[in-house]
Amino acid sequence: MARTLAQKLWDAHVVRSAPGEPDLLFVDLHLVHEVTSPQAFEGLRMAGRHVRRPDLTVATMDHNVPTRGGVKAADELSRKQMDVLVENCRAEGIALHQIGSRAQGIVHVIGPELGLTQPGMLIVCGDSHTSTHGAFGALAFGIGTSEVEIVLATQCLPQKRQGDLAVTVSGDLPVGVTAKDIVLGLIGRTGTSAGQGHLVEYRGPTIRGLSMEGRMTICNMSIEWGAKAGMVAPDETTFAYVEGKPHAPTGAAWEKALDHWRSLRSDDGAVFDGEIEVDASALEPHVTWGTTPAQVAPVTGRVPSPHSETDERALRYMDLKPGVALADIAIDRVFIGSCTNARLEDLRAAAGVIHGRHVHPKVRAMVVPGSTSVKLAAEKEGLDAVFKAAGFEWRNAGCSMCLGMNPDILAPGERCASTSNRNFEGRQGSGGRTHLMSPPMAAAAAITGHLVDVRELI
Amino acid sequence: MPAPIKRVEGRMAPLDLADVDTDQIIPKQFLKRIERTGYGPFLFYDWRARGDFVLDRPEHAGARVLVAGANFGCGSSREHAPWALRDFGFRAIIAPSFADIFRGNCYKTGLLAVTLPESQVRHLIDLVTEDPTAMVVVDLEGQEVRGDGFSYPFEIDAFPREMLLKGFDDISLIERREQEIAAYEEARAEWLPAVPAVSQSRRN
Ligand code: SF4
Repeated sequence: MARTLAQKLWDAHVVRSAPGEPDLLFVDLHLVHEVTSPQAFEGLRMAGRHVRRPDLTVATMDHNVPTRGGVKAADELSRKQMDVLVENCRAEGIALHQIGSRAQGIVHVIGPELGLTQPGMLIVCGDSHTSTHGAFGALAFGIGTSEVEIVLATQCLPQKRQGDLAVTVSGDLPVGVTAKDIVLGLIGRTGTSAGQGHLVEYRGPTIRGLSMEGRMTICNMSIEWGAKAGMVAPDETTFAYVEGKPHAPTGAAWEKALDHWRSLRSDDGAVFDGEIEVDASALEPHVTWGTTPAQVAPVTGRVPSPHSETDERALRYMDLKPGVALADIAIDRVFIGSCTNARLEDLRAAAGVIHGRHVHPKVRAMVVPGSTSVKLAAEKEGLDAVFKAAGFEWRNAGCSMCLGMNPDILAPGERCASTSNRNFEGRQGSGGRTHLMSPPMAAAAAITGHLVDVRELI
Repeated sequence: MPAPIKRVEGRMAPLDLADVDTDQIIPKQFLKRIERTGYGPFLFYDWRARGDFVLDRPEHAGARVLVAGANFGCGSSREHAPWALRDFGFRAIIAPSFADIFRGNCYKTGLLAVTLPESQVRHLIDLVTEDPTAMVVVDLEGQEVRGDGFSYPFEIDAFPREMLLKGFDDISLIERREQEIAAYEEARAEWLPAVPAVSQSRRN
């Protein structure tokens, strides 16, 4: 029978299937970070259990690491969380990329970079943006801490089968419009929960034409419209990215892997529970105006009239009036970072806009590379100099102001143009106001001091 | 492993909002603990700090059932959210829909997450707003939410229902499948990445 990519990936990981029970799935890679794991390790210890497959478990520090000043700059509780991770990894023999290591970074940035993320795998992490790894044609989703404990102990996870959705994107992306705008536009159309209970495959010529970075940006935000996972069938772009990465197969194993990976696509005639078509050629750069990623509009538009109490509440929180041109909204801060948009390509795109210009005097702007190796690569090609000359702060890798667990936060009332994925109330700091957008759009906002259509600057 | 749970009986508290995300339920500054408990005082911290938050009104003190809007628990996967709700005193949450990871986390925490149609949730919110002392029973065995003059059946997957009713430990259930797991491991492709189980940080 014709199967979707998601079904193929699922079937390949079933350890056991029984009527009336969730399938028991085998996990190929378990990524661990400091915030959602301590209680799981503690649970193991209390039950006298150990990690079944430390060789399939990789840990890093990202959520609450300081982005300057090293580990000593962290507050006491953050430091304790990091110490506990070090201790847990040492006790269980788990590879850990801690601060100071070249491989440290946001968990969803380092997996692909190290070649740990490969097509066909099942990947989980105690973090909702694990869907990022689906860009490689992997089944990847976020889990809670109790599930982290289950995977640590058994390398398996009971999961109920999910439905399938297809999002087909065609048409050429106009100049100044990016993968971020595809996904923001999509979420604006579907709302925050249309994907619930589903595995989503992004496909079509526009997706095929995207780099791995662009595909990761889209898969990353699958969770923002409620999907369990997002994925893209692997192709030559994928293979070229994976080849030569530290953990990628080599020689004969590479050939075998390629043979398998080429079969990872939805069969012709495979049936989806729903299909959504997106015309990329009609897209404009998007910005969010509210407190969910679905409260979004083209930057050429205006703050809409509220349609619900949720909208009204969002406008109140954001201190915006209906009818105001989005491009008239002044900002205080700019954050270029996060697992959505802090890879090398993102930094290049932002630097391209910034080159030779200067950050608006009223704006404080910062770049937080997604990983230490992104940072080093960017420095090698001189991007740091472009940002610094323009007046940006150039920081060390981490989640930083995507969620503000470290000192990088907005002050109450501050308004931020951000390349991250969530604009929830207080996400970037209590009382802070977040507008989500692409890296070039955030760069343009930094220069002009307000939300602006990046096409006016290129 | 949470204790078995058959039904929850008590007063309700209304949270008449859609898309309540886990960043609101438990803001990030409280995720730095390494325990599973102690989050209750920080539940909805920012909203409560602004004053007159519905859960702080005296008439809702001690409520055991939270009634909320659609897509409750969206956003971050933090299990700290159900821990905080439970710590605060809730034992069940009723909403028109839940974000998937959050619902799973609730079951693991021993919190009943029950989905009812929008109109019935609306009725419950109106009811508790009018009469904060109104009692409900969220009956997992009988799969219904009932109170004075109404009973609303609800659906829940058979498996989590069993787990909640009996208080099973997932891990020991999975451990019984050792043979199948070992056979699966044996058959995995050899090129799949594995990381030597040593501290890599020392090497780089
Ligand atoms: S960058 Fe933001 S969204 Fe990504 S893992 Fe870190 S906190 Fe989560």
